[in-house]
Amino acid sequence: MKRIGLSVNGSPHELEVEPRELLVYVLRERLGMTGTHVGCDTSSCGACTVLVDGESVKSCTMLGVQAEGRSITTIEGLASNGELHPVQQAFHEQHGLQCGFCTPGFVLATVSLLEENSSPTEDQIREGLEGNLCRCTGYHNIVRAVQAAAGKELPA
Amino acid sequence: MIPAAFDYELAGNIDEAISLLGQSGEAKLIAGGHSLLPLMRLRFAQPDLLVDIGRIDDLSYVRDAGDSIAVGAMTRHADVAADPLLGADCGILAETAAQIGDPQVRHRGTLGGSIAHADPASDLPTVLLALDAEFDVRGPAGDRTIAAGDFFTGFLESALEPTDVLTEVRVPKLDGPATYAKYNRRAQDWATVAVAAVQRNGGTALALTNMAATPVRALGVEQALADGADAATAAARVGEGTNPPSDTNGSAEYRAHLATVLTRRALEQLSA
Ligand SMILES: Cc1cc2nc3c(=O)[nH]c(=O)nc-3n(C[C@H](O)[C@H](O)[C@H](O)COP(=O)(O)OP(=O)(O)OC[C@H]3O[C@@H](n4cnc5c(N)ncnc54)[C@H](O)[C@@H]3O)c2cc1C
Ligand code: FES
Ligand code: FES
Repeated sequence: MKRIGLSVNGSPHELEVEPRELLVYVLRERLGMTGTHVGCDTSSCGACTVLVDGESVKSCTMLGVQAEGRSITTIEGLASNGELHPVQQAFHEQHGLQCGFCTPGFVLATVSLLEENSSPTEDQIREGLEGNLCRCTGYHNIVRAVQAAAGKELPA
Repeated sequence: MIPAAFDYELAGNIDEAISLLGQSGEAKLIAGGHSLLPLMRLRFAQPDLLVDIGRIDDLSYVRDAGDSIAVGAMTRHADVAADPLLGADCGILAETAAQIGDPQVRHRGTLGGSIAHADPASDLPTVLLALDAEFDVRGPAGDRTIAAGDFFTGFLESALEPTDVLTEVRVPKLDGPATYAKYNRRAQDWATVAVAAVQRNGGTALALTNMAATPVRALGVEQALADGADAATAAARVGEGTNPPSDTNGSAEYRAHLATVLTRRALEQLSA
């Protein structure tokens, strides 16, 4: 077992983990934050996306021990004082979800994308979210949600 | 899925990593983990000790080295893609790094890991082969430099010994055009086939992704071009010395066809 310290959504946590525990399971099973989902075994779907020091990372492809000293943001950490984060609000308003399974990953991938490029074109949005798969929406409303969150005029 | 159990040690510097690797025959380095962890989750790889070089910050840099540019092995794909020096003088490396996987992969995966993993489907090894890049390696006996052309020895096999750490990659500053033409069926996919073409020192160097067990130089095409052939005639020789795999993304025959088309397009782009 290894002792690690990390910050999750601004709160410090210290815990003992096995080296083989993936970050996503540390979040879900040790810390009880089940908003981060697991959708595949191949690092493909992006449902497990969290922010590590502000950047999008697939938490199924990182060990908990590698998160030592890092600052993690999960979907549970985005809303503040009962107000949705602007990206969450945009997904809600633009119907950027149906079943919602992929949504936490898409929202965090979007936060990271807009951090790197605050005014992406439609192509840049589609490419910027290529690490996330959605089986329901067909992506159009997800792209609209990102455009809305970036303060863009929405196509009709 | 969960990897088999292993021990984990964080290396503070390169020499410490080397001595930790020497502690077990089944030890492995972990850099970004984006090739290794997927294999460990499926239990295709079961190291008993992981030595993490992810915190050795002085392995992450891009530096001007005169005629060449030096890149630290732990430099992440996202940082290679965004680097202004590479963008100006070796754009093909930055542009290729930007095509790897997806943003999440590029936030973790590293240049050194991509090379050391020696996957013939990987993008950067092909580009580095066409660039005649040099790799600096440190092992228990000291430092040595390996040319890209001598590095890739087989499928997932390289000239690295189990106790070696790849530390630095050097690429030439380019004064001519270069391009990486990658074909894949869906966003985020690995290349079905890809071609790197670099105009340098009065000649053209080409290398291929996923056309053999290692990245390979397209020597037949290079020779044809040196003899004055046009793009289409030269591209027709791209199959020489290759042994493309057949898998769900395409048959060997399809890959050979694709390589011809991509090579012709890449050559046309260089002369455009
Ligand atoms: C979903 C997904 C999509 C991807 N798509 C692409 C793609 O389109 N194109 C592409 O090229 N790649 C792709 N990759 C692979 C990605 O580029 C990996 O990051 C890269 O191949 C390995 O780098 P790493 O730092 O993650 O290495 P790790 O996984 O940490 O290590 C890989 C191997 O290299 C060894 N190693 C690592 N660093 C060193 C070093 N400095 N010295 C000696 N040995 C070392 C390790 O021991 C291990 O055996 C993809 C990966 C994923 C998960
Ligand atoms: S669970 Fe699918 S990418 Fe992590
Ligand atoms: S909303 Fe169902 S998978 Fe995306």
